Amino acid sequence: MAEMTMVEAINASLHYEMERDERVVVLGEDVAVNGGVFRATEGLLDHFGGDRVVDTPLAEGAIVGSSIGLAVAGMVPVPEIQFLGFAYQAFHQIAGQLARVRYRSRGRFEAPITVRAPFGGGVRTPELHSDSLEAQLANIPGLKVVLPASAADAKGLLAASIRDPDPVMFLEPLRGYRALRDDVPEGDYVVPLGKARSVRDGDDLVFIAWSYMVEVARRASVELEKEGVGARVLDLRTLVPLDTEAIAEAVEACGRAVVVQEAPETCGFAAEVIATINDEAFYSLEAPVARVSGWDVPYPAGLLEDHYVPSIDRVVAAARRTLEK
Amino acid sequence: MTLTEPRAQLHQECDLSDSELQGLLREMISARLNSTRCFSLQRQGRSGTMAPIDGAEALVVGSAAALDPERDWVLPQYREPLGLSRFGEEVVARTVRYMRGDPAGGFIPEPIRVWPQQIALAAQLPQAVGLAWGMKLKREEGVVLTYFGDGASSEGDFYEAGNLAGVLEAPVIFMCNNNSWAISTPARRQTAAASFAEKAAAFGFPGEKIDGCSVLEVYAATRRARERALAGEGPTLIEAVAYRLGPHTTADDLTRYVPAEEIAEAREHDPIDLFRAELQEVGLWSEELEAETVKEADERMDRMIAAAEAVVIEPDVIFEHVYQRPTPRLERQRAELLEGLSEDD
Repeated sequence: MAEMTMVEAINASLHYEMERDERVVVLGEDVAVNGGVFRATEGLLDHFGGDRVVDTPLAEGAIVGSSIGLAVAGMVPVPEIQFLGFAYQAFHQIAGQLARVRYRSRGRFEAPITVRAPFGGGVRTPELHSDSLEAQLANIPGLKVVLPASAADAKGLLAASIRDPDPVMFLEPLRGYRALRDDVPEGDYVVPLGKARSVRDGDDLVFIAWSYMVEVARRASVELEKEGVGARVLDLRTLVPLDTEAIAEAVEACGRAVVVQEAPETCGFAAEVIATINDEAFYSLEAPVARVSGWDVPYPAGLLEDHYVPSIDRVVAAARRTLEK
Repeated sequence: MTLTEPRAQLHQECDLSDSELQGLLREMISARLNSTRCFSLQRQGRSGTMAPIDGAEALVVGSAAALDPERDWVLPQYREPLGLSRFGEEVVARTVRYMRGDPAGGFIPEPIRVWPQQIALAAQLPQAVGLAWGMKLKREEGVVLTYFGDGASSEGDFYEAGNLAGVLEAPVIFMCNNNSWAISTPARRQTAAASFAEKAAAFGFPGEKIDGCSVLEVYAATRRARERALAGEGPTLIEAVAYRLGPHTTADDLTRYVPAEEIAEAREHDPIDLFRAELQEVGLWSEELEAETVKEADERMDRMIAAAEAVVIEPDVIFEHVYQRPTPRLERQRAELLEGLSEDD
């Protein structure tokens, strides 16, 4: 075990996976010489050379599209999209191509590609750097959608994603890169995709969240504890595949649930979680499931983002309302 | 020999045997016949939308002939597969199934180095660059050839792919089928540039504009591009100027936008007629060979169509190959579909 920040854990995982499998290649904008704008790929060029760590031209569509060709040639590409909002410029290659390589070829070809991209608010970025697109990606059959919320998970889930035979969108919370720090197992460490993580126990209600909103929910649960409320926190870790059993189990145990997401409310993944609760655990509910979301507006400019991203106060307030019902 | 001097020179450059020359014409005639048969299947309600190959036979057959099916890859758009039998007859058979709406039409079995057809215009181009890049990384001797049209050259993917290919010096050949029309939009509305070939200058590699109705010119240009790529000299863009002699697809009516005199003139330069006349001139083609070719191609299509129509497609195959292993949610949905079907019985 070693204490690491999330971005250090991602870097360690990339080093480990590239060492472990010589087919793994890293490509993207500023990933080689500069080591990534957040240093996620630092040191890879020195260790693994210019054939396996490649600065590409500035073209997101070509980064994803060429990764598909590299995969069919027998490589295991780990492309980086510098900010998830820029993935809009690659969406035709992600949704129309990457997700369908296996399906279109009826299993002849596969795309074991892990697209890494940071996203999420809280660091006062310019426009299109912070947008949460996970629901849009989860709505594309063929993709897996993975969002770590701790340094240890960042390492283990990234290893699982790179080793997975299907394309994975691996979304990293900008705010968590350095703010999230915890003990990370050394050596070979894999966290399987599709298994949610229990972050905190409690029997009065459950917060269901992913990515940095897990940390917000955890802090909200600490606040609620002062009022004698036992709030459980469930980190979904992966939206596709979804750990339906863990959701049902938590809701059955608590009877009340609040889903927290940073994305806009309408058609956000929280709606999918609530529909899942409806299917799997409706009769255990003692109150309607609440959700706390970003508003249905484009991600706002930096000085206003604190009014957009769900705060601890908003999450606590939603929990109190749920408990009163 | 009664060929004009430039034609004779081209024959010399291509250096193909008599039977190879005859083979090219056979494949071109078969490609058109394959397409005509599939078109009529659609009209009979036995198949779905298809894009006829008419007019593109020389550029498809000529370029494929210059490749090595055991080392090189082809990434088609959607108009070419019926002419790619050089890479394996199964490419044609699978295309027949694809057009019927059978998902297994996308499965082109090993070891055929042809990708499933691509419906999104130019989306295959960055993928072709990635494949060529991967082959280079793995020190594999081979090239990737990808087809696209004059219309697809307006897509961002064309520019992103060309640029990346140039930077990487990837062994890739971009084969642009400039057939004058993108459904109803003429090539002059796709670009203000004097040619599509000259766009290669911005990518830093050669572009060549050739007669896409001359199978030997296409063969020679592709072979040169392939040799360049294998020598480590990087990509080539070939603009093969042809003419779309049919509608865009079975769903299109070209009389709404193509001037009648223009298509009549284009038919005077039908690539099959041109090459047939050329081989007749040098005594390599006869009515007997023509009849034999048509008969063989027709019988082959009979077999492929019968096989395609005999396939029983189980509804739940739609759940296969989404992921390597279905998620629990997909398993639940599959059971739901099957349960609904058994209730219908």
